[in-house]
Amino acid sequence: MRGYAGKFSEIDLSSGDAKDVRFSEETLRLYLGGRGLATKILWDALGKRWEAVDPLGPENILTVLAGPLTGYYAGGRMCISGKSPLTLGIVGSTIAGEHSIDMRCAGYDGLIVKGRAEKPVYILVTDSRVEIRDASHVWGKDRIDTYRILTKEGLGLLEERSPGTREWKEPSILHIGPAGERMSRVTAVQTKWTHGAGYGGYGALMGSKNLKAVLFKGMGPLPDAWDMERPRELIWEVARKRFKSDSMRRWGTGSLGYDVGARLSSEPVRNWQEEWHDEKSFGVDRFEERVWIKRYMGDFGCPTTCLKLAFVRTGPYKGAISDNPDYEIQAYGGTNLGIFQPEDNVHICSVMEDLGFCGIQVGNVLGFAGELYQRGILTKEDLGFELNWGDTAAFTRLMRMIADREGIGDVLAEGTHRAAVKLGQMKGVDLTKYAIVAKGHGIGAHGIRSRLDYVEVVSYPCSVQGGDHTSPAQRDLRKGDSELTCMLQDSGVYCMFNHESDYIWDFLQAVTGWPITADEWYDNMALRILAIQRAVLLMGGPDITWKPVEDDDIPTRWYEPLPTGPYNGRVAESEELVEDRNKYFEDVGWDSRGIPKSSELRRLGLGDVERKLKSFFN
Amino acid sequence: MLAEEPIWIMRELQRCSGCRMCEIACSLHHEGRIWPEASRVRVFMFVPGVDFPHLCTQCHDYPCVEACPVEALSVDEETSAVIVDREKCTSCGACVTACPGRVPFLHPGDGKATICDLCGGDPECVKICQEGNWDVLRVVERTEEHSYKLYARRPGEVTEQLVKILFGERGEELI
Repeated sequence: MRGYAGKFSEIDLSSGDAKDVRFSEETLRLYLGGRGLATKILWDALGKRWEAVDPLGPENILTVLAGPLTGYYAGGRMCISGKSPLTLGIVGSTIAGEHSIDMRCAGYDGLIVKGRAEKPVYILVTDSRVEIRDASHVWGKDRIDTYRILTKEGLGLLEERSPGTREWKEPSILHIGPAGERMSRVTAVQTKWTHGAGYGGYGALMGSKNLKAVLFKGMGPLPDAWDMERPRELIWEVARKRFKSDSMRRWGTGSLGYDVGARLSSEPVRNWQEEWHDEKSFGVDRFEERVWIKRYMGDFGCPTTCLKLAFVRTGPYKGAISDNPDYEIQAYGGTNLGIFQPEDNVHICSVMEDLGFCGIQVGNVLGFAGELYQRGILTKEDLGFELNWGDTAAFTRLMRMIADREGIGDVLAEGTHRAAVKLGQMKGVDLTKYAIVAKGHGIGAHGIRSRLDYVEVVSYPCSVQGGDHTSPAQRDLRKGDSELTCMLQDSGVYCMFNHESDYIWDFLQAVTGWPITADEWYDNMALRILAIQRAVLLMGGPDITWKPVEDDDIPTRWYEPLPTGPYNGRVAESEELVEDRNKYFEDVGWDSRGIPKSSELRRLGLGDVERKLKSFFN
Repeated sequence: MLAEEPIWIMRELQRCSGCRMCEIACSLHHEGRIWPEASRVRVFMFVPGVDFPHLCTQCHDYPCVEACPVEALSVDEETSAVIVDREKCTSCGACVTACPGRVPFLHPGDGKATICDLCGGDPECVKICQEGNWDVLRVVERTEEHSYKLYARRPGEVTEQLVKILFGERGEELI
């Protein structure tokens, strides 16, 4: 078997044991790695009693998986998964960095973490060795201190174990922040300054296991490819193609602050009450002039390097650091809160990351709170202070309350959907209409009302990852940004921005030796993973069960016309959603309620999923 | 293409994006596989965003060559690169500690001293760094006027300097 290290480490934090486990070639051939394999692992382990599994209980499983393309295909990533504390299904949530490379060079394709440690720990992965170590000295620490302390500690251990052989490179780190430790559902698994696996709320899952961090250092080569000559050529061919994508390299996704916000009218502004802002107000050029200190930044094997290192040198937010803000955080830590200054935006982003939040999820819930304040539903008495749009200090304060689970922050820490339900009960009014969510996920910063962005009316309602803008259902199943294509990227595991459809199948075959074609992927493999993800999403539990069709809907807000901008008046129509949703269900082999059909499940060899779904819906 | 004159790899460390494509190019060339820890150019990142490549600068006085007790290291007359005779090398690590920048390392596979050989005068790391327009590494003619040893600094020292250039006084809190 080629392209794989061949082994995984199964770690039981309750007992402190770690053992190597292997999957059959058939399993890997069907599910690849990352999101696909996580789906298989989680279904096999938890499927029978999925709806009863508490995502924040010791029974849940955290998977940290690479894929066969990780390190070969441009922009290697790691895929974090588990039963999602936000959607209650399975979310493949990926994060860039060298961790997945170090893990594979250490001889592992992934970690399967079970149980719950008695006290804070971190996991250290070195060549064919997995250790659980005390992390009480970094518990409660923000990203800067966590990184600083664990980097030094890791370097010390490496030198101690093999002295005088080299100047040691730092171990790669995945970690959580204080908000993750307190199991806020709007938290990410993080690395570097602003990298995060945010969707899914897996910061809370790590926190629930008392797992502060994972350190990786692998000294071996990347697992050999089936045909080494071919990837050697393909790596440079893909890189040369990416070099030509100048807008992404030059401006990063931050250019969308202009493109999406001003031109396409699909950027969240003041909790999505608007999706347009004046073109000069938040252009990426202002970020370049005022806060960028590095124009190109990236991670292992990335020819695009779309990140930008940002640092505030003067003013009240002096010292704020971000290796973005990318478009999403420009929107969710900026326009969605009525904030239009780069320095303020970098500060908000910096605090989000210090505390361990997912910028999209926490920005979504902050915007929700902002609108409740605007409407007089949340008051100064509820919050302890005023919360006006554009008030950076006030939103920062609220964010800290969420991290500390202080006062109203304790409710908001559960994420927008759950906060809307709970606050609605407290206030005696329906607040879900102000929640811009899908299946518990705050929706990514791409709206559908103007019809000009890449997402479609069905994208969020039909996605098995809910509001995840990096996994949108699209009517054309084979589109470059469709959920089934994203699933390949998340299972591969590599960066979606480097995806080149002309090269990917050659690449996959050259690395694994398996004759996987586009037809095989889109007609069989992807639909198999999708069916399991849909099945567990519908089972949900224990605190929420999503209703088929009824919950496969867009936020109420999107049925209101856009009030401003060049496309004002454009709106989502429910007839359009119903028509497209029915077609989508049909195309992926689901029935009219979106439940995977028995015949389709049997065709895909998922008899156990079929039986479970039958008993669940009867 | 081989350079007619000995070359030197000039470096602009603060431009480094951290993409590590130099490590991929180097290890594919020398090892036939992707092997970051065996790459002759290694990218360090003790502080996020403060990434930089670490590679041999070919000091005038070659302290690593001088330190080798078994004469396994020599200087290539055409390229001025340090060449390791892997048969002779005893993995003692004297070259590692003799280098002011601790650039050489013992290969994670066979334990032998490993040093940049300038790819015989046409370095792969530079090619990809140039093609990608990061422009951190660039080939120039090797002349007598440069103090090459200035570039043989340990990654910790380099980090301390770069972190302050990038983050000012805040930089001190990040190390």
